[in-house]
Amino acid sequence: MARIRIEDLSKDYITANKTLVHAVKHADLTVENGEVVVIIGPSGSGKSTLLRSVNKLENPSDGKIFIDEDEVTNPHVDLRKIREEVGMVFQSFNLFPHLTVMENITLAPVKVRKISQKKAAENAMNLLKLVGLEEKADVHPPQLSGGQQQRVAIARALAMEPKVMLFDEPTSALDPEMIKEVLDVMLKLAKSGMTMLLVTHEMGFAKAAASKVVFMDDGRIVEVGTPDEVFSHPKSDRTKQFLEHIL
Amino acid sequence: MEKQPFDNETAKIQKIRDQVVSVDLTAQKKRALTIQMTDGVLIPRKDDGHVLNSWRITFFSAIILLASLVMFKPQPYRDIFMVTIKGTPVTFQATIFAILGALVIGTATGLGSVSKRRWVNMLSGVYVELIRGIPLLVQLIFIYYAMGRFFRIQGMAAAVVALSICFGAYMGEIVRAGIQAIPKGQMEAAIALGLSRSQAFRYVILPQTVKVILPAIGNEFISMLKDSSLVSAIALSDILRKGREYISRTFLSLETMLVVALIYLIITLLLSRLVGLLEERLHKNG
Repeated sequence: MARIRIEDLSKDYITANKTLVHAVKHADLTVENGEVVVIIGPSGSGKSTLLRSVNKLENPSDGKIFIDEDEVTNPHVDLRKIREEVGMVFQSFNLFPHLTVMENITLAPVKVRKISQKKAAENAMNLLKLVGLEEKADVHPPQLSGGQQQRVAIARALAMEPKVMLFDEPTSALDPEMIKEVLDVMLKLAKSGMTMLLVTHEMGFAKAAASKVVFMDDGRIVEVGTPDEVFSHPKSDRTKQFLEHIL
Repeated sequence: MEKQPFDNETAKIQKIRDQVVSVDLTAQKKRALTIQMTDGVLIPRKDDGHVLNSWRITFFSAIILLASLVMFKPQPYRDIFMVTIKGTPVTFQATIFAILGALVIGTATGLGSVSKRRWVNMLSGVYVELIRGIPLLVQLIFIYYAMGRFFRIQGMAAAVVALSICFGAYMGEIVRAGIQAIPKGQMEAAIALGLSRSQAFRYVILPQTVKVILPAIGNEFISMLKDSSLVSAIALSDILRKGREYISRTFLSLETMLVVALIYLIITLLLSRLVGLLEERLHKNG
């Protein structure tokens, strides 16, 4: 059974100046357990909207999303339970600036999972070691570099021991020299067997780690394949065009 | 080629950060140039040279004037000063309790106006409109008498309740603006971790709001200290009331009111400097 199943998903919304936008049009996508699926495409193609629908930060207009057997799009489902199982990393980190790095990581395990403070702190320390920031536990996020903040954000999401990790352009707000340290952590995570769904512009990462690459354009999923299929032998002209522009 | 959108994003994030410092109620919605003006005194900060200078001139002139009046013309100024200064504890007491009351009401109102429940939203909206549309003195007297008639609460307690209800509305607007100044990503990150909306408010949004609105609360405290003199019309034997009692005994109205005015001025200026220092520290830390 697929870990994430997206069926015929559409998202329409009305902008401030009253125009109807079809952000996502009839998208179908499955992510198997342990797979790393990378969504690429030009800006405004609906990648982020699709990704954010998975934990319902966006409310889809139509279609269904399942995580294992749970239907995310069912209006009666306990969203909190689902969100506990889905880690999310944002483009702008969204760390809580008034809490220390340690508190950022332990907040949800303690308040949501009701794990003891001591146990949560131990786990947090292990995660900080994983992302190479164990000496920054007592620092507040604004004192960290962008790359360090994003690594903390990954540790914070992992602290809930999620089944799935979502990454929404995790390196797009970073200075070029900091992108690698974040990608290294993500690669480590991918190798450990974590199921991951990402939106990213890092084609190098997609080639190295992706089990599937999805190309989206104008709200539609245009092409799905292995990195080799999509990058080296793209089927659609639109994919070719896009890849010529960025590679 | 790919660099461009990243720079745009960074600029966007910076823009959001810039907005966080503003407690102006409508600036974000209008995305337009606005000035920030309250009925509190101008708060002097070190980086704002000419405000600090005029603060110094006013503050020290007031102190020197009051001191020389008391020392060199003790008849009647020493007497007046000794009588009216006894009202200061009452003024402070009323102000401090009322600001705490206003904070409680204001937090509830502020949370109500960002609530997703429609009727809660409407309730706090109506309360704010109602309070803002009636002159403060009229409200205070009305609530004061209402408290007396329906709840048998009188004197200081009634005055504090009246002030709390009146200032709660303004405080509510401050809290609302403070909550809305916190970037949307904070709430998203919190609920994405599995926190409920109320947990997210309690552990993530409100602690950050406090920092944003602290200077505005300080300002409100100063306004309230001045406006508490309105309650002296009915209930409190505060600075103004002591002065008026003195006038009724001696008929020295101009002299007495001069001292009363100077006492208020000195307290207010002193407090506004404290709020300025507080704001400086907040900016330094964060």
